[in-house]
Amino acid sequence: MNGVIDLQLWQMAAAYLFIVILLFIVRARGISREREILVSTIRMTIQLILTGYILVFLFENINPLYTISVIAIMEAFAIYNIFTRTKVKLSRPLKNIIAFSMLFGTLSSLMFFLLVVINISPWYDPRYYIPIAGMLIGNSMTGISLGVNRLVDGMISQRHLVESALMLGATPKMAAKDYVNNAFDAAILPTVNSMVGMGIVFLPGMMTGQILSGISPITAIEYQIAIMLGIVGSVALTVILFVQLGYKTFFNEHSQLIISD
Amino acid sequence: MFLLKDVKYKDILYIKDLEIPRKKITSIVGESGSGKSTLLKLLNKLISCDTGDVFYNNQPLSEIDSVELRRNVVLLPQSPSIFSGSIKDNLLIGLKFSEKPLASDKKLVEVLKLVKLNKELSEYANNLSGGEKQRLAIGRVLLLEPEVLLLDEPSSALDEDTENMIIMALVNYTREKNKTLIMITHSKNVAYQFSDRIIEIKKGTVIN
Ligand SMILES: Nc1ncnc2c1ncn2[C@@H]1O[C@H](COP(=O)(O)OP(=O)(O)OP(=O)(O)O)[C@@H](O)[C@H]1O
Ligand SMILES: [Mg+2]
Repeated sequence: MNGVIDLQLWQMAAAYLFIVILLFIVRARGISREREILVSTIRMTIQLILTGYILVFLFENINPLYTISVIAIMEAFAIYNIFTRTKVKLSRPLKNIIAFSMLFGTLSSLMFFLLVVINISPWYDPRYYIPIAGMLIGNSMTGISLGVNRLVDGMISQRHLVESALMLGATPKMAAKDYVNNAFDAAILPTVNSMVGMGIVFLPGMMTGQILSGISPITAIEYQIAIMLGIVGSVALTVILFVQLGYKTFFNEHSQLIISD
Repeated sequence: MFLLKDVKYKDILYIKDLEIPRKKITSIVGESGSGKSTLLKLLNKLISCDTGDVFYNNQPLSEIDSVELRRNVVLLPQSPSIFSGSIKDNLLIGLKFSEKPLASDKKLVEVLKLVKLNKELSEYANNLSGGEKQRLAIGRVLLLEPEVLLLDEPSSALDEDTENMIIMALVNYTREKNKTLIMITHSKNVAYQFSDRIIEIKKGTVIN
């Protein structure tokens, strides 16, 4: 083993041939997607190059402040992304709960994972923090987005059933139970399902990267298993916090439903 | 039993002073849009008035726990909801929500008979006709045996004969069990024939 082959510029360029082929196909078939494909390719390239340089800087100048700032930016971006990408209108209190659940859920999972499971030192080592935070935050973001859509949608479209439950003497918790459970289920299902195909249908990105960079597949798999469990934990914790607190925003202190038509 | 003092709700309802007697049958009448349904919702705290106070047994509603109150004062809404599942599921769901002991099948069948619903417990509730659903919903609240029954046009989807039978059954039930019944009705006949007291609402205020 002599480590990983460093790609030459011409080799990188050759990889873009795939895009040229794709462009050729869509043009030949008259599918008007050339612009999007070009823009996406260019964005991907620029974003990754920038990230590469930022990571190099961070790894060479190890400083807890930098690590914390990067995580803060990731969290802010993820939360903002949830707000803008949900199809439903979010109330102010619900937004606060989303932000709180994301922060609390991902950060506590991250701390547990890095400090207890992997036990890194120094505690702010960016080489571990940044990629793992990225995975936990990214997956939790996707989970919570699904959960938000399902919860708000359920509560609004079924508000007559929710109100009927209240009239029959239900507590808000009972009245919202089905919609809370549906939302939780919808939110964690993709993560749970993604474990099933792992190693057979596909090799997860992180593992692929580690194997390519010369790490033993066994070590890579150990990490992959640990990170997968970490992701499941983070998604579950984030989403359960969100649904448990989130449904309450649909009721006031008199257990009255406050959804405006 | 209920006392309303200087109650205002949005610009829908203004009630200066209204008393609704205990263990009696009270009918609420008035033209469409006058605020009858809104009044019932105030009584079981599904909504709260902006100013003034509603008292239940001399206690202001603001001091009574909403869920507790709704278990004693049950509202049957104008268009009752049917939950997915069987007739039995729909009858039991009220008991589950109000955390009361579940009823035996025998009791459920009795209730169906009381509301003149000639169906099997296992039948799928969403397949029932509009009037059958309404009677199922009446059966569901009767099972709860609350102190006060608030019924919002319980016979609106029924033909005249069925309407009379159902109202008769409700009246008998209330008298036998010594409960309070407050119902909205569009039928002057029902109001005059069965009630001890009639409240007429016009444009959000009580007249007469
Ligand atoms: N949540 C609400 N927000 C605003 N206006 C409302 C609301 N609920 C009811 N209203 C209005 O208040 C008025 C009274 O409504 P309510 O349902 O109490 O009438 P009602 O007497 O029960 O009529 P009907 O006999 O047709 O059932 C209506 O004009 C209605 O449009
Ligand atoms: Mg009405």
